[in-house]
Amino acid sequence: MKLMTAIIRPFKLDEVREALSEIGVSGITVTEVKGFGRQKGHTELYRGAEYAVDFLPKLKLECAVPEAQVEMALEGLVKAARTGKIGDGKVFVQSLERTVRIRTGELDDDAL
Amino acid sequence: MKEIFRHVRALAVASLLMPGIALAQTAAAAPTPDKGDTAWMLMSTALVLLMSVPALGLFYGGLVRTKNMLSVLMQVFVVFSLISVLWCIYGYSLAFTEGNAFIGGGSRLFLDGTFNPADGSFSLGATFSKGTPMYELVFVAFQATFAAITVCLILGAIVERVKFSAVLIFAVIWFTFSYLPVAHMVWFWAGPDAYVDAAKASAANATAGYIWQMGALDFAGGTVVHINAGVAGLVGAFVLGKRLGYGREAIKPHSLTMTMIGASLLWFGWFGFNAGSALEANGTAGLAFINTYLATACAVLSWTFAEWLLKGKPSMLGAASGAVAGLVAITPAAGNVGIPGAFAIGALAGLICLWGVTGLKRLIKADDALDVFGVHALGGICGALLTGVFNSPSLGGPGSVQDWVKMTTGYPGMWEQLLIQAKAVGITVAWTAVVAFVAFKIADKLVGLRVSEEDEREGLDITSHGESAYDL
Repeated sequence: MKLMTAIIRPFKLDEVREALSEIGVSGITVTEVKGFGRQKGHTELYRGAEYAVDFLPKLKLECAVPEAQVEMALEGLVKAARTGKIGDGKVFVQSLERTVRIRTGELDDDAL
Repeated sequence: MKEIFRHVRALAVASLLMPGIALAQTAAAAPTPDKGDTAWMLMSTALVLLMSVPALGLFYGGLVRTKNMLSVLMQVFVVFSLISVLWCIYGYSLAFTEGNAFIGGGSRLFLDGTFNPADGSFSLGATFSKGTPMYELVFVAFQATFAAITVCLILGAIVERVKFSAVLIFAVIWFTFSYLPVAHMVWFWAGPDAYVDAAKASAANATAGYIWQMGALDFAGGTVVHINAGVAGLVGAFVLGKRLGYGREAIKPHSLTMTMIGASLLWFGWFGFNAGSALEANGTAGLAFINTYLATACAVLSWTFAEWLLKGKPSMLGAASGAVAGLVAITPAAGNVGIPGAFAIGALAGLICLWGVTGLKRLIKADDALDVFGVHALGGICGALLTGVFNSPSLGGPGSVQDWVKMTTGYPGMWEQLLIQAKAVGITVAWTAVVAFVAFKIADKLVGLRVSEEDEREGLDITSHGESAYDL
């Protein structure tokens, strides 16, 4: 099992969700986050006060996938989230040790 | 034939009623207030109330951080109420009854004498036309809203760090020793009916306020309201010191939507403020109305385009600030200038106040949080001086009444009027600066001006008022 954590552009969420569903990924968790990478922020001007906004709004997606699906899911996610411009985000893949479905107590691959 | 008959019958009826008509005429020798004027002034009063609550509250509130929203609304709401109460206890009497050239007397304490319960009669006050009185209580209410909003304006300079109790103590002292004397000096006079002949005119003149006697023009409160409040705000910003993190952290407006609603309601309410200051529903009110409309629109455009050109983007905050700058600047001019004056004053106010909140603000180095000085004092000074210029009939202005006995208007000359206006501005600036400094120092000694550092970080909504503005 792997845990995929992706940082994507907010407006790409629907495309990414559709791509993952097609592959058979059965659930994702989304969080609104702010961060910075290579994409530059912008400045905001309020009368005389100028502020640099370095942290830009992004979405953080988390999904746990069985080993067999990892490559396909990764490929689908990256394809759906890409625009080709700086600021498209990143995907981190980590190994996942245990998974439990709380309702039934099922374990690992059965719980995904 | 029918026509003639009708005419004859009307004559007959008239002659029958003649004794009655003659009687009514002697009884009606004392003029009564016009119902249209009364209705207009009641409406104007309610419009000016709207300018404070909610308009000023929303305009200011949108500009602070989420954690301080309610503290701003609360300060405006309570100070407005406090000053309104003080106005009816002693404020009106000290501002608008005869005393000396600097302060009025005590004849209207608790509004004594404005209504006679024995015969149900109301006392009458003056307007700007002979034989056209208004109910004094209507004038009391109208002017109450002016006094109350003026003190609320100051709050913008000291928000996000000032202690609520200190606000109230300051408000009482400053209202009593700065607003009331300045209002008396600028606006108190005996009214046109006191000017019957030359001798009575000079006697009446001697009872008027100091700045009125100089011949200064302030239609709706450039000096009394905006310069008075704007300078007091700057003094407050210096005495209180900067907000924590000022210049290092991002201290951004939390809702420019609120600020836009506030600015728009200010524009709406300002028709009562400026056109109402004619005290009658007449042509001067109409002139003040269109000038208030036009100058504001000009200032929105000049601020917006200047900002676009100089800073790269035209901002909503800029447009809203431009509107307020235009409203402030046209206030002393409203019924005192013609249409050319409205164009010029509005356009210039937008540019000058944009500089006031950027270049000038950097020079002054005070944390005047919501730019009370840059918009109200600077816009007020700009308007007060330009009133002297555009009052000139050669620039489309109406001039001013030079002889209240004959009600003839004239214009003393551009430099002469400008000098008078400058003196009025100078006296107001000095007076309010000294009073504000002393008032803030007294409040500091009594309760301390600022909340603790910890409370300021946490936000005044929770720490001062025990509630939060939004549960999102």
